[in-house]
Amino acid sequence: MDEQLKSELRRQGVVATSLQELYNWGRKSSIWPLNFGLACCAIEMIATTMARYDLARFGAEVFRPSPRQADLMIVAGTVTKKMAPQVVRLYNQMAEPKYVISMGACAISGGPFKQGYNVLKGIDRYIPVDVFIPGCPPRPEALLDAFLMLQRKIDEQQLTGPERPRHLQAEQPSEFIVPQYSEHDLIPTRNDTIWHAPLVNISNAGANESGRD
Amino acid sequence: MNLEEIKIQIEANVPGCFLEILPNASPSGQHSLIVDTEHALTVASFLRDGANPRFDYCSNVTGVDWPLKETSAKQKTKKIVDGVEKEVEEVVKTSTGNYLEVVYHLFSLEDRQGPVVLRMRTEDRAERVHLPSLTPVWRSAELQEREVYDLFGIVFDGHPDLRRLLMWEEFTDHPMRKDYVDPDDYEYEPTPHDEILKRTQAHYAAQEPRSEAGEAR
Ligand code: SF4
Repeated sequence: MDEQLKSELRRQGVVATSLQELYNWGRKSSIWPLNFGLACCAIEMIATTMARYDLARFGAEVFRPSPRQADLMIVAGTVTKKMAPQVVRLYNQMAEPKYVISMGACAISGGPFKQGYNVLKGIDRYIPVDVFIPGCPPRPEALLDAFLMLQRKIDEQQLTGPERPRHLQAEQPSEFIVPQYSEHDLIPTRNDTIWHAPLVNISNAGANESGRD
Repeated sequence: MNLEEIKIQIEANVPGCFLEILPNASPSGQHSLIVDTEHALTVASFLRDGANPRFDYCSNVTGVDWPLKETSAKQKTKKIVDGVEKEVEEVVKTSTGNYLEVVYHLFSLEDRQGPVVLRMRTEDRAERVHLPSLTPVWRSAELQEREVYDLFGIVFDGHPDLRRLLMWEEFTDHPMRKDYVDPDDYEYEPTPHDEILKRTQAHYAAQEPRSEAGEAR
């Protein structure tokens, strides 16, 4: 429907909409996050929900303590290898449609602890992530921005056609492999169906840097 | 409070124990007391109940890994060769380390004194890694001894619940040991440097035969 006609109608007190708009509006305006934090970033997440930043303005004030009632997992903090299976299991237990915000350097890549013996190098190795927020920790404004970005993303989704979201495609998985503990590392170390190592050229790394021989 | 005095106190009250003061040359001058493993528990109980001041609080337990370190130095010695005294150069090899160490920091809350630093050493780094647990004396050592067991592999005899603390039960390594090699997951290092760079290059070199587009890497 023509946008101009729509706003004209609205002025006359008639609201015209489509099922898709209504559906997306409903989804994006009631994203309930899972009540779940892992490390220092969680403190910023908590601050975001409090009166000063007030995440409630965007319809996400209800932090659910059960994955069954949550739509959004904010992975806020360092994911240790010991915790990673539990994080994936919580994600698997959430009902579709579900979204993930990976908050902070740790959840993105391992952050300051990337080479640590017990730190997962990014939660996107096991579960699909919708929005990444860099920062250590990201400010509450950054989390709000990520939240608005997620809302925009939901708003743009088509309900039909090949581009429709995952939860409307019956053949797409909604559960992902839960890694197992083993003698030296988690098995598997990553889910190859959703994570691929980005191509990086390391042949020049370490050279041309002043102060180095 | 003088560590020397405490040492004398312990020696007078725990017969047969072997103590050694390990000096610390830094400005803080926090010398520590090496306790032999056989008498450690008695020494600990004495420090808690009988010493003056009584060390009723153990604030910190940690481990240290001392891998085998061999140094060779040339030394000139006089030797009698064929009945003539000659100066001969000899290579003297000394080795230090090859043990694990656990460190306890004790305080006296009554007298506001401390810390007294206790150290115990294992016989080697492989099999004989047993030390007496001081948890029966200071309850606060329980979790920290578990952590030392987890990360350094020191086995505390007499600990009420010796399980891994930070790593999972199936894990077999001890990550804080100097010779721990972490799993090779260096497939994505955007800004590698130093040790990481070497590991990343080794990782890519191992991957090379498998990937067709070798240039991209
Ligand atoms: S990114 Fe920084 S603030 Fe966030 S969990 Fe990691 S270390 Fe903490």
